[in-house]
Amino acid sequence: MSTFDYAPAPESRAIVSIDSAYGLFINGKFVPGKTHFPAINPATGEKLSKISQASTADVNKAVSSARNAYQKTWSKMPPAERAKYLYRIARILQERAREFAVLETLDNGKPIRESRDVDIPLVAAHFFYHAGWADKLQYAGCGDNPKPHGVVGAIIPWNFPLLMLAWKIAPALATGNTIVLKPAETTSLTALLFAQVCQQAELPAGVVNILTGDGKVGAALVNHPDVDKIAFTGSTDVGKTIARSVAHSGKSLTLELGGKGANIIFEDAAIDEAVEGIVNGIFFNQGHVCCAGSRLLVQEGIHDEVLDKLKRRMSQIRLGDPMDKNTDIGAINSSEQLAKIKELSAAGIREGGESWSPECALPDKGFWFPPTIFTGVTQAHRIAREEIFGPVLSVLTFRTPQEAMEKANNTPFGLSAGIWSEKGSRILWAAKHLQAGVIWANTFNKFDPTSPFGGYKESGWGREGGRHGLGAYFKGGNHD
Amino acid sequence: MKTDTIIDGSEASLKNFLHTLPGVDQVGAQARAAMLGTRSVKNAAKAHAIDLAISMVDLTTLEGADTPGKVRALCTKGLRPDPTDSSVPRVGAICVYNDMVGVARQHLDAIGGHDLPIAAVTTAFPSGRASMPVKIQDTQDAIASGATEIDMVIDRGAFLAGRYGKVFDEIKIIKDICVERAHLKVILETGELVTYDNVRKASYIAMLAGADFIKTSTGKVSPAATAPVVLVMLEAVRDFYAMSGIKIGVKAAGGIRTTKDAIKQLVLVNETAGPQWLTPDLFRIGASALLNDLLMQRMKMRDGRYASPQYVTID
Amino acid sequence: MTNRIEVLKTYKLYINGQFPRSESGRVYEIKVGKDFIANPAQASRKDLRDAVTAARGAQSGWAGATAYNRGQILYRIAEMLEGRTSQFVEEISLLEKTTTAQAKAQVAQSIDRWVWYAGWADKIATTFGVTNPVAGPYYNFTVPEPMGVVGILAPEKPSLLGLVDCLAPVLVSGNTAILVASHSAPLTAITFAEVLATSDLPAGVCNILTGIKDELAPWMASHMDINAMDISGAAKKNHTALREAGADNLKRIFAFGEKVKTERMISFLEAKTIWHTVGI
Repeated sequence: MSTFDYAPAPESRAIVSIDSAYGLFINGKFVPGKTHFPAINPATGEKLSKISQASTADVNKAVSSARNAYQKTWSKMPPAERAKYLYRIARILQERAREFAVLETLDNGKPIRESRDVDIPLVAAHFFYHAGWADKLQYAGCGDNPKPHGVVGAIIPWNFPLLMLAWKIAPALATGNTIVLKPAETTSLTALLFAQVCQQAELPAGVVNILTGDGKVGAALVNHPDVDKIAFTGSTDVGKTIARSVAHSGKSLTLELGGKGANIIFEDAAIDEAVEGIVNGIFFNQGHVCCAGSRLLVQEGIHDEVLDKLKRRMSQIRLGDPMDKNTDIGAINSSEQLAKIKELSAAGIREGGESWSPECALPDKGFWFPPTIFTGVTQAHRIAREEIFGPVLSVLTFRTPQEAMEKANNTPFGLSAGIWSEKGSRILWAAKHLQAGVIWANTFNKFDPTSPFGGYKESGWGREGGRHGLGAYFKGGNHD
Repeated sequence: MKTDTIIDGSEASLKNFLHTLPGVDQVGAQARAAMLGTRSVKNAAKAHAIDLAISMVDLTTLEGADTPGKVRALCTKGLRPDPTDSSVPRVGAICVYNDMVGVARQHLDAIGGHDLPIAAVTTAFPSGRASMPVKIQDTQDAIASGATEIDMVIDRGAFLAGRYGKVFDEIKIIKDICVERAHLKVILETGELVTYDNVRKASYIAMLAGADFIKTSTGKVSPAATAPVVLVMLEAVRDFYAMSGIKIGVKAAGGIRTTKDAIKQLVLVNETAGPQWLTPDLFRIGASALLNDLLMQRMKMRDGRYASPQYVTID
Repeated sequence: MTNRIEVLKTYKLYINGQFPRSESGRVYEIKVGKDFIANPAQASRKDLRDAVTAARGAQSGWAGATAYNRGQILYRIAEMLEGRTSQFVEEISLLEKTTTAQAKAQVAQSIDRWVWYAGWADKIATTFGVTNPVAGPYYNFTVPEPMGVVGILAPEKPSLLGLVDCLAPVLVSGNTAILVASHSAPLTAITFAEVLATSDLPAGVCNILTGIKDELAPWMASHMDINAMDISGAAKKNHTALREAGADNLKRIFAFGEKVKTERMISFLEAKTIWHTVGI
C-alpha cells in the first residue's frame, strides 16, 4: 500500500444473536404475533428477523397488563424500590452496551461509531439519571406529592430507536407510571432486546410492554380509552393527527416533532470548529435528526471561506458500511425515507439551488444518499422550509445579526438552532431572539439526560429530560 | 517570498494580520481531535502507517548526560532501526544538542549515513532565555558542525507579553543564518502558550517569519504534542498553504511513546492537512522510546505474535 | 332646574391601544329587565384578525421589556383599577346581579391579583429556570420564555375577576393577548380596557373583543398566528372542536379549573435550553 488508506475495520457482529422471529412483549412475556413483517438491515437489504404485527386485541392486552401492573404493583411500590429497578436496567445496559450498539447499527444503518459512542451511552445515562428522581419527585417543582397518570402510551421513531425508548420509558417509570411502547416499524430489534433486559432486571410483569407493528398499532394506542397519557416522537403531521385524536378525551399529550434548525455562523466565529459543527449538525446520524442544523445561515463576508472549508471537510467524510468503525455516514434507514430525500433534493435542483457532494462511491445494496449541500438557496425554496431528514444542507446567507434572526425564525418549526461566534454578548443576544427550544452555542447536536429538550411552535409540546421533562408524566404536572 | 503580500515585516502589520485569525474553540478542537482518535487503522493500513511513522521519527537525545558514545549509538540505531530486518526504513533525522552535532556527523558518515539529516536544537534550547548574539552563535556553531536542520525555540516570554514583533524578528534572524544551509524548525513550546488561540497565532508568526517546520514542543515541558495542539497547527499549515502556496511542515514532539499515539498523529495529518503532508518532508515526530514500540508492533504484524523488548535493541 | 341628561358611554372594542367600533358595524343589546343598558360592539372575525396582528406586532417588544418594567406596568394596572373601583362595582352589580358587597369583593380580588402577578414578573426565571449539570465541558441552562400570542376566551362570570385570572398570568411573562370578554357582562371588560389604556401597557399587548364567543372561538382556534389558547371560558361542549382546530398549528390549548396558583402562568411558558462550550 503506497498511500495511507484505512483498511476495513468492521465491528464484529458475533456479540449479538438475533432470533429468527420475535413476539410481542406483554405482561413480562414474549407472545408470538399472528402475522409478521421483516426487519431489514438498510445497509445491505439483508433480512435480519421477523417482527410480529400487533393486533387490536394485542393492544388491549398490553394496556390491561400495564393497568394491572400500575394498580397492583408499581403504584404501591416504595419509590426507592422503583429507583432500584431503574438503576438495575441502567447497569445492565452498560454491561451489554456493545451488544446493543451492534444491534442498533445493524437494524438502523447508523455508523457503529455513533451507536457505540453516542446512542447507547446516552441510553444508560438516561436510566441512571431518572432512577435517581424516583424517590425525589417532591423536588421536581410539580408540587409536594405529584401523581402519575397511570398508563402511558409511547410511540417512537426510527432515527434513535433505543435512545427514544429511553427518553420515554425512563421518566415514565421513575414517576410511577407503567407503559406500553411502540417502536418504529423499521427499527424494532433493540426495543425487543430491551424487553429482555427488563426480564433480566426482574422488572415486575406489565410495567413495560412493547408492541411492534405499523401505524395502526400506534393509532390503537392513541385511541385506547384506558391509556392516560400519550408521549409521541415523530413527524409534525402525525403529531397533529394525534393532537386531533385526543382532543375529545382530555388525554395528556407530549409531542417531539420536526424541525428545520438554523445553524448561524457569524463572521467572528471560530471557523474550523464551526465547520465541524456544520458537519455534525447535518451529517450526524445521516441527518435523520429532528433537531438537525439543516439550514446553514452564513454571514456573507465569510461565505466563501466557510464553503471552501466545508467542502474540503466533507471530502473527508467516510460513507459506507455502518459496521466499519471508521464510517462517518451510514445507510438511510428505509427505501421510503430515501425516496423522500431524493424527491426534496430534486425539488431543490428544479428550484435553482446548486447541489454539491464530494466524490463518494455509494454501495450497491441497501439505501444510500451522499452528503450534499445546496448553495444559492433562499427562504422561498422548499429545501429551506421542509424537513428533509437526510444528509442535505441548505446554505443561505445573511448580512446583519437582525437579518439572521428573522431568517432563522421564519419557519413554523422551533426546535433547535446553532450560534457560532467568539463574542459572548452576541451569542446571548441571539440565544434570546431565536425561537427554538434548544440552542447550541459553539456546539451542535449535544444531548444529556439533565438537559430539557423540546420545541417551540410546530416542533412539539413539552420537554424531555431534566426537571422540565418530568412534569409531562404527572397529572397536571405542567402542560395539560 | 510571497508572504510579503501578507505582512510588510513591521510589528503593526503582523499584529493586524494576527487579529484577522479566527479564534479556536477549545471544546470543539478537543472534540474533533478525540473523534479522530477513534479511527481504527488495521492490517495493511497499519503496516504502512508503522513504516511511515518510523521514517518520520526525529530520533532524539537531549540530556545533560549525553556523551559521544550515547550519540553514536543513537545514530547507528537511526540508520538501521532493526539490524535483523533491512526492510525497516531509517528514521527521519537524528536530533541532538549542538555540541554533539560533530560527533553525530562523523559517525553517520562513517557508517554510510551521510545523507541522514542531523537536527540540532539551538537558540538556548529549551528555555530560549539568552541574548540574541548567543542564540545566533549557537545556531552558527550547529550548522558549522554539520547540522542540516535547526530546531530553534521561540521567546515565549516575549510572546506572552504581546511582543509578537520580537518573536518574529528572532525567527527571521535565525532563518537568515539557515537559508540554503539548514531546514528551520521553530519550536512553539505550546505547553507554555497554553491556549489554542496562542498556538494558532504563534504558528502564523513562525510561518510568516520563514519557518520550514513548526514544532510543538521541546519535550521538556508538559503538556507537549497533544492531539488538539497538533490539530490546530495542522490547520494552520493547511490554511497558510491556501493563502501563500507555501507548504510548511509540522513536527509533533513530546509525549508520543506508542505506536497507537503515532498512528493517531498520522490520522490527524491525513484528515486535517491532507495526505500530501504524509511525508517526512512535511511531518516529523520527535521521539526516542517511540521507535522501539514501532519496531515491536512491526514484528507483531510480520510474525503474527506479540514481540518482546528483548528482541529490539535499546539504542 | 331641569335634570341633566347623562352622557352615555359607547362601549367599543380595544385593539392595538385604540377603541374602534367593529369593522362589521355590528352591536348587540345589553338590557337589564326591560331597561336598555348599552350597545357593545359585536366583534367579527376580521376584528379578531386585526387584534392578532396587533398582538403579534407588540409581542417581541413586550417580551423584550425588562421583567422589572413588566412588573411595574402590571402594578400600574392595579393602581388604575383601584381608582375606578366604584365604576366596576356599578357595572358588576348591574349585569351580574350581585350585591354591592359581592361586587366590591370581586373588584378587590381583581386588584390584588394584579399586584400578586406584578410581583411575579421578575421571579419567573428564577423559579422556573434551571442550570443543568450536563456530562461535558458545557454550560447548560434552561430559561422560561413566553409562548407568544395567546387567545383567551374569558368566562361569563365573574366578569372582571374571570378576565383578570385569564389575562394576568398570560401577560406577566411577556405574552400578548386577544381576549374575548364575557358576552353577558361585557361592560367591565371595556371599562378595564380603559384602565389598560392608561397603565403604560404598550399598544397591542392586550386586545379585548366583545361579542359572541361561539362565533369568534373557531376563528381563534384555527388562526395560524396564535400560539396558545385559554379556553376556560368557552362552553364545555365546544372544547373538543376548538382543540381539533387548534391542532392545525399545534396551539397549546388549556382549560383551567378554579385554582389560581402558578399553573396558569407556567402553562404559557416555553422552556429554552442553551448550551455553550466552556473553555479557555
